[in-house]
Amino acid sequence: MSVPVLSCEDLEAGYGPFRALFGISFEVAEGTATALIGPNGAGKSTVARVASGLVAPSAGRVLVKGVDMTGKAPHEFAEAGIAHAPEGRAVFASLTVEENLELAFRESLGRKGVAAALDEAYEMFPRLKERRTQLAGTLSGGEQRILTLARVMILRPALLIADELSLGLAPMITTEVYRILEKIKAAGCALLIVEQHMDYALALADEVLLLRQGEVTFRGPPGEMDRRSASLLSESLSESLSENPPQQEQSS
Amino acid sequence: MVDLLEYAVRGIPTGCVFALLAVGLVLTYKTSGVFNLAFAAQAYTSAAVFYVLRKEQEWPLFWSAFIAIVIVGPALGLLLERVLFRHLRGAGSLAKMVTSLGLLIAIPEVVKLFFGSDAKSNPPPLWYVRRTDEWLWPQGSKFVFDAGQVTTILSTLVVVLGLTVLFRYTNLGLRMRAVVESSRLAELNGVNAERVSMASWMLSSMLAGLAGVLVAPLFASLNPIDLFTLLVAALAATVVGGLSSIPLTFIGAIGLGMLQAVLAGSLPTNSVLATGLRPGLPFLVLFALLIFRPGLRSNSEMADPLATVDPPLPVPVAVSRPRWMSISSRTVGVVATMFGLLVSWFVLDGFWLAIVISGVVLGVIMLSLTVVTGIGGMLSLAQASLAAIGAFTTAQVVTATGLPVLVAMLIGAAVAAACGALLAIPVVRLDGVYLALGTLAFALMFESILVPLSWVSGGSVPLAVPRPVIGPWDLADDRYFLLFAALCLTVIALAVIRVRQGTTGRFLQAIQSSPTAANSIGISGGRSRIIAFTLAAGIAGFGGGLLASFAGRANYQASFPYVVGLVWVALVISAGARSIQAAVFSGIMFFLLPATLNRVFSWPENYLEAHQQAPEWMQNLLGLVQPNWAVPVSFILFGIGAFTYAKHPEGIIEAQTNSSVTAVLLWTERRKAKVDATSSMDTPQVSA
Amino acid sequence: MSPTADSTEQPTEQPAPLLQASGISKRFAGLMALADVSIQVEAGETVAVIGPNGAGKSTLFNCLSGVLRADRGTVTFDGQRLESLSPTQRSRLGIARTFQRIELFGGMTVRDHLMVADRARSGRGGLWSDLFRSSKPTEEEHARCQAVLDLLGLDEVQDRSADSLSLGKGRLVELGRALMCEPKLLFLDEPSSGLDRNETEEMSLALETVQREHGTAVVLIEHDVPMVQRLATRIYVLDYGSLIASGNTQEVLQDEVVRAAYLGVAT
Repeated sequence: MSVPVLSCEDLEAGYGPFRALFGISFEVAEGTATALIGPNGAGKSTVARVASGLVAPSAGRVLVKGVDMTGKAPHEFAEAGIAHAPEGRAVFASLTVEENLELAFRESLGRKGVAAALDEAYEMFPRLKERRTQLAGTLSGGEQRILTLARVMILRPALLIADELSLGLAPMITTEVYRILEKIKAAGCALLIVEQHMDYALALADEVLLLRQGEVTFRGPPGEMDRRSASLLSESLSESLSENPPQQEQSS
Repeated sequence: MVDLLEYAVRGIPTGCVFALLAVGLVLTYKTSGVFNLAFAAQAYTSAAVFYVLRKEQEWPLFWSAFIAIVIVGPALGLLLERVLFRHLRGAGSLAKMVTSLGLLIAIPEVVKLFFGSDAKSNPPPLWYVRRTDEWLWPQGSKFVFDAGQVTTILSTLVVVLGLTVLFRYTNLGLRMRAVVESSRLAELNGVNAERVSMASWMLSSMLAGLAGVLVAPLFASLNPIDLFTLLVAALAATVVGGLSSIPLTFIGAIGLGMLQAVLAGSLPTNSVLATGLRPGLPFLVLFALLIFRPGLRSNSEMADPLATVDPPLPVPVAVSRPRWMSISSRTVGVVATMFGLLVSWFVLDGFWLAIVISGVVLGVIMLSLTVVTGIGGMLSLAQASLAAIGAFTTAQVVTATGLPVLVAMLIGAAVAAACGALLAIPVVRLDGVYLALGTLAFALMFESILVPLSWVSGGSVPLAVPRPVIGPWDLADDRYFLLFAALCLTVIALAVIRVRQGTTGRFLQAIQSSPTAANSIGISGGRSRIIAFTLAAGIAGFGGGLLASFAGRANYQASFPYVVGLVWVALVISAGARSIQAAVFSGIMFFLLPATLNRVFSWPENYLEAHQQAPEWMQNLLGLVQPNWAVPVSFILFGIGAFTYAKHPEGIIEAQTNSSVTAVLLWTERRKAKVDATSSMDTPQVSA
Repeated sequence: MSPTADSTEQPTEQPAPLLQASGISKRFAGLMALADVSIQVEAGETVAVIGPNGAGKSTLFNCLSGVLRADRGTVTFDGQRLESLSPTQRSRLGIARTFQRIELFGGMTVRDHLMVADRARSGRGGLWSDLFRSSKPTEEEHARCQAVLDLLGLDEVQDRSADSLSLGKGRLVELGRALMCEPKLLFLDEPSSGLDRNETEEMSLALETVQREHGTAVVLIEHDVPMVQRLATRIYVLDYGSLIASGNTQEVLQDEVVRAAYLGVAT
């Protein structure tokens, strides 16, 4: 097999005095999808941020296509082919839809490529064409996600890190967003999916990473996950339940 | 009608000056999110370099201008970006404004250290003048502009057009706007945010340099305060443009210039209206625009969606500190205060005692900033004016009625509180930066319109204010006055603590951290903020009266110019806006530091006089140190203090307390752990 | 199922509902965010508002709680017209809410959050009493606070700074703060958003307790369908700013139109 798009070795990271990750290692192979799941506060978003350069790890290495990128700025990760759709609003609210796209295209396609790329994006997502001159901040949550993904569809990065794409979206919109994600994968882009709703992530994933309190507790194909670590997962759930005892126990 | 038109046309050059400054400010705000008060200081720097090269070194015009505008301007911008503002990208707009306030204070003093603090009269123009009446345009017409005006108009047009094109049509403009909203998101889009931010700062700083060099000849001498006052006058135009539209800002600036010229031409020359209103007009317009322009009240600041990447702010010490520690630190505070008083009483001579008393009195005024800014969350730049209102009222009441000074001071406090309330009612509806600008406009209106009036200030000779006599104690004795001032400070400090811990303080805290949530539980933002503002104004007024009584006169120029007020704000905020100790500390420091430094810097001179046989190298080295460095150096230190605000919004003193508390807690925990070896430490958990 | 099931009876039997919003319309820069939406809530009842993103749910909430002014339509709450009232005034009438993006007071402990809300409701304390009397909480205030802390299981974290809590606990603090206003009507904006399974479970339990013990009427925006089924007796479905269905929870969730617009085909 060729060099993995992303490989993380013994990552440790934190925010100020808090440590969020304790020695995490994994790889994402070219064109495959990895789902990162686990309870809130397990460090999923931190992994995503380290993988795109937003947060510098305090220990360990991040390699993109075999090149050590530890400590590099996020735009260098972007140039190396990593796209990151962060949690929540991931578009520039004060720019129009078209300016949002232009900004991304201009960097990698140059002045001449922009017009063609814009046409391609509008053809793929006619809804964005309708909203072309609208400020991105006034788009609905689903439309903002689509705007982010449109960028990725055109630029074809080597890896897309999708952080909580379903957050705050109605079920139908989530389904639509994941359909686009499927297309992106089919086009040869590797995926690292951070997701609260496991069903969506597992349907797409080739590999699953279960995170708990900053450590990887399971790694393997989703099929295996169903059998072996359903127990692991429920164990981790019940453990956190026992932290707040009386009310919870009857329900679980 | 024709006259009016003529006057209006004559206002165009002034309008262009406003436009140049206003557009520069808007550019900085658009590209870096900083409402950059230091723009005036940057302009001053380039103007000073140009002055030295052109006039003192007699360089050719082109090269002087090139070095001053194209080299020094961007270099200063680059320096500020690298050293300061790149670390502030995630900070709030108010934190950035406070930092720029510090720069406004510090930069000109640094420049003066380099180029000497002597007056630089008749700044050279940025154009060739062979004969003063030459280059008139259009010739023979009624409307004539001289060479300087033509240069200003042309430069302004080029700048405005250039920037409009930059933002509308170029990739750099697009990237600048993206980086301001969220540098991290821009990075994820492949934009090198650091480079863009550097470019923004170099560009805006170059513009500041151009404005400084162009504008300097309008004044008799080169002076940072004049430049800053002109900048504030131009602020009305930035408000017209909503801090974002460059063409609208331009139109606003031209309109302002025309309005001023029309008023100047059509009002009778000697009336109160003309003398007061003309210089004050831009500030009046600014104030009116802030109050009446819809859309400024709501916070339009774009939150960075990736702000959570930053570590969370530390929890205030008061929340995390155990009880025994608060009690012991309070005890230490009381003991230190007593000790300070005893030393002052028995040891200090007249000069140093006067310094300490001034500091204690200023501490009272600083407490007003603790209330309005620390507890109320409003950056008020008008506290010096409110203190002046207290001082003037005290003086007027004593002079007119002969009431005891103490009663007059209380009346002064009440009048200042009333003025504060009147100012607060329109102003508290504004948000963050706009509120600060509203109070700044008020301070300048007060200074330019009201202070010259004799029923306010008593005319050109400051009114006398006697010292109080309380029973057997005549406070004409400085040591009794010190005790009295310390007593006032203590009482007011205790009151401020009660407000901070009481319902009012809690409501204000709630409004600051989440206005919508506070509204949703029935806390009305306006009411609590007006109360805080009024209380602070009353305290400032009382402090002003006290200061006047100590000094013997209500002297506006000596104690209360708005620029002095800005230094107070920078000082108290960097020491800690919420903390009582910080207010007292900064009050005393304001007087003590320059006086001490003066002593330090005069030492070499005295030493050399006493030791004339000292080796030559020592003579040369010590001869470099000038006693008149004291004031610039202390102002530089005050200014630099404000830089820390973005990193420690809780203030230096609070941050120090915080770290020492943490250290003590760690130490006690370790001791406990040794005793109870079986108990395991919990690993801290993240709430991501 | 739940003890409040009987409140689904026809509203005609009761003279006036607690909240009656009729014909609410709101337009943003040419975009019709809400078109002629009417909803009503009986005292003590829980209704859910669901719909895809951008359907206007949050806009509706903001119009009802006063953060936004509706362009047209009337809102009557407890016999009083609300249209011209500010959020503060509405809150004093007995409307409280939580937020989709959590809004806590930085640097305040959990207990302080509740105490501040209690003071805001009672109007006790002011500058005068801060300065010249004690601003310490009274016995009664303590008791009221403690009751809510116990109800939501926040007793253990009451002295923690609210910023340092997990999102799940933070949402409970928001709920507690809203409850301290002793509301007759509670707006909950996506209470499970961003929560994991345990936290969602904890939130549902807390809300059930509130329903049971306070009898507060609740309007709920929520995407988590199981949670809606568990808590709400009636549902309003919004799509593109207009009401496309309303009625009994189970019936509406079976409805073909609703499934197409909201749930998608898969589920």
